[in-house]
Amino acid sequence: MDTEVHSGDQPPTGWGERIWSLALLAFPLGVTLWLLSLIGPVREHAPLVFGVSWIPSLGVELNFLIDGLSLLFGLLVSGVGFFVALYAKFYLRGHPLIQRFFFYLFLFMLGMLGLVLAGNLITLFVFWEITTIASYLLIGFNHEKASARRSALQALLITAVGGLALLAGLLLLGMIVGSYNFVEVLAAKDKVHSHALYLPILILVLIGAFTKSAQLPFHFWLPNAMAAPTPVSAYLHSATMVKAGIYLLARMYPVLGGSEAWLLTLNIVGAVTAVIAAILAMRQTDLKLALAYTTVVALGILIMFLGSEASVAIAAAITFILVHSFYKAALFMVVGIIDHQTGTRELTALGGLGRRLPITFAIAAAAGFSMAGFPPFLGFIGKELKYEGALAIAEEPTFVAWAAVFANALMVAIAATVALRPFWGRLPEKLQSVREAPPGLWISPLVMALLGLTFGLAPALIADTLVGPAVTATMGREESVSLKLWHGINLPLVMSITTFALGALAFYLQPQIRTLLNRIANWLPANSDTQWDRGLDLFKRGAALHTRHIQHGILKHYLAAVFAVASVLLLWGLMRSGGFDMAVNWERLTVKEWAAMALVFAGSLVAICTRTPLTAICSLGGMGVGIALIFLFFGAPDVAITQLLVETLFLVLVALTLHRLPHATEVSGTGFRFVDALLAVSVGTTVSLTILAVLQQPLISPTKEYFELAAVPEAFGRNIVNVILVDFRALDTFGEVVVVLVAAVGAAALLRRKLKPSVPHGDTQEEQT
Amino acid sequence: MSSVILQGATRLLVALILLFSVYMLMRGHNLPGGGFIAGLIASAAFVLYALAWSLQEARAALRVSPVKLAAIGALLSLASAVPGLLKGFPPFTGLWLFIGGGEGDKGIPISTVLLFDVGIYLAVLGAVLALFFTIEVD
Repeated sequence: MDTEVHSGDQPPTGWGERIWSLALLAFPLGVTLWLLSLIGPVREHAPLVFGVSWIPSLGVELNFLIDGLSLLFGLLVSGVGFFVALYAKFYLRGHPLIQRFFFYLFLFMLGMLGLVLAGNLITLFVFWEITTIASYLLIGFNHEKASARRSALQALLITAVGGLALLAGLLLLGMIVGSYNFVEVLAAKDKVHSHALYLPILILVLIGAFTKSAQLPFHFWLPNAMAAPTPVSAYLHSATMVKAGIYLLARMYPVLGGSEAWLLTLNIVGAVTAVIAAILAMRQTDLKLALAYTTVVALGILIMFLGSEASVAIAAAITFILVHSFYKAALFMVVGIIDHQTGTRELTALGGLGRRLPITFAIAAAAGFSMAGFPPFLGFIGKELKYEGALAIAEEPTFVAWAAVFANALMVAIAATVALRPFWGRLPEKLQSVREAPPGLWISPLVMALLGLTFGLAPALIADTLVGPAVTATMGREESVSLKLWHGINLPLVMSITTFALGALAFYLQPQIRTLLNRIANWLPANSDTQWDRGLDLFKRGAALHTRHIQHGILKHYLAAVFAVASVLLLWGLMRSGGFDMAVNWERLTVKEWAAMALVFAGSLVAICTRTPLTAICSLGGMGVGIALIFLFFGAPDVAITQLLVETLFLVLVALTLHRLPHATEVSGTGFRFVDALLAVSVGTTVSLTILAVLQQPLISPTKEYFELAAVPEAFGRNIVNVILVDFRALDTFGEVVVVLVAAVGAAALLRRKLKPSVPHGDTQEEQT
Repeated sequence: MSSVILQGATRLLVALILLFSVYMLMRGHNLPGGGFIAGLIASAAFVLYALAWSLQEARAALRVSPVKLAAIGALLSLASAVPGLLKGFPPFTGLWLFIGGGEGDKGIPISTVLLFDVGIYLAVLGAVLALFFTIEVD
């Protein structure tokens, strides 16, 4: 069993580090306070919108929208983020890479905040991807472990593929609506629903949400993501990131929701996910894994409730988001404490810790009761509301209600297992010397557990401030929500009692159930995790196969293929347009132009006839100079200068390279030269014909006139080429610079590797000089 | 390659070429030139220096690693996007400041566009030299 304990004797931390870590914690705290201060204004007035324009020509803005829904999620992200960061500071104290850890964690926090506060489809997508990448880095944080690397890659691939589907869906949606801003998009329900592309958009968006929120059949990455350090599991993989899919669907509810496809898909996928994950959770003996599967259950339940048009179902989902974040983050942190103090989180190796870890036990019990849904915890209110909501779901009330009862009953059993079993019974010999964790570790889960209790006792605190506005924002119409502990004796209460009875039974029979499930699992031919490996292997084999055939590494063949294809395509294009007009005005050419052409001609002639590569390269350089002269004569001095410089540097580089290649002393044989000549002639002919054909068309270019007129007054420059490069099209130029940079770094790395003796993998990486 | 004539001439030439590259960089906005061309000229200076003296000396003369230089260049170009953003324009909007302008004279122009071009200059210089230095490893 792998554990991640880094406690022990640490050197006392210096002042610099202390100030640094306080500054780190100030960020989420500041954001939390700012968002709290917005609760009143957002509830009373319209949603808050602000931002800057980003790519105005594409209608893309970096803007943010704060309404009830984004406020609720934003508070969860920053609030839970603050406590998790505090916890992580103590949990990973003394870890050599703690700074890197916090960088990743805060990168994630930023991405997640941007995601939930985004006011625009594109902004949302960009931040969505940031969370995916941060999650990858955090799952693979213990990068020496192969299992952590595998889990990180798996999570990245699944969520990134979902992200691509989401991008396609969002772009289609933006195209139909004619705007990417949420204000316009969310108001366009009728337009989108009646459009032929509604179903494709829905499917693409759902794939994005289901992969991110670990719905069947994409669920398996989430339990594997438990390879991350426990604070990450508490934060990303229970309270925030995995809820991004839920947030997305709630955000899209006003525009995409309500159709039959939406309702049925969400009900069925959510219910099936919840039930199957609940069964899978019963199998686990690793506390963290058991919690991970119950997170999948919770996500399934949330998806299921979003598939409804009844406000009580949406209210149930919103309340459950809060409930779940509080108890699940607390329980993860409790498991982290157990792991930290005992060195294991294996259920079978634990017991009797109640006396040794009394505070942790109290926290675990409080969070566990909320998870199981006992009064007076917030979990009870959440559960009552869920049952009320399940019965109100129009499409499949019986199915949904049964799924909810079943999943909740198993949640009761698992809550008891995780929160009580390690603390009961006999203390194993090995754990006699276990002591209570320092306050820094238990303060965060304590606050989380207390929040669950406080809001359970005084639900009015959140009913009008958080839940109500969030439901209003989701439904797109004014809704008020009342949260109460006691609803009187009604059907939901009966279902609640049934749940407790079933849960107690499941808890009592858990060893037997686990044995049975293990037997079934052994009997099944494969699970989704092994199928994933098989699929990935197949993909890699396919990639290797086609690489072997297309990327064979023979440079000459690459060039031949590129030139042959280019000339054939050009010729085809010419024949289609029927332009073989050879009108050349020879009389207009002056002496200097004839001279430049002679230079070009002589250069190519020498390059063809010579038998030594160096001479060939040099004569090609001479030809390049001739071309530069032609550019100069025809009024393109910038291009001419660039051509001349590139030609010079190219010549030096190639000459040096030739010098280092032992076999490059002679050019290829006669047979190859024949093929090469054929290729050269055909490329030359088609390119010449194309240029002549292009010249037959009159050159009408409004952009040219625009730039000529705008260069001086708008960009204060008279060199139009340069003004276009650095001002009008600066973003393109920047992209090109990045390409140049990446190419240089890549080439440098490749060449350097070739020249050095290869170091066996896993050995010391120190370079010998 | 060690020729006294080349080495002697190079000392003078490299300084001139580098100066010329800065000249090309500065005038690029109004006359042929600009960051890309100037970067190529500057890298030609270092290539000449390496050929006349040695790679080690050229590296030492550059002082920073070429990849780092290229990265700094790209970051400078990116940084020129920020002032526009802060003023509420789209990124990379050119902002100009004319220092000491008088009647009929606009003064010395300082702009984010120049910063962008300087970034291009350094990125091209760094990228070409990164390639050159790795090929020319002894």
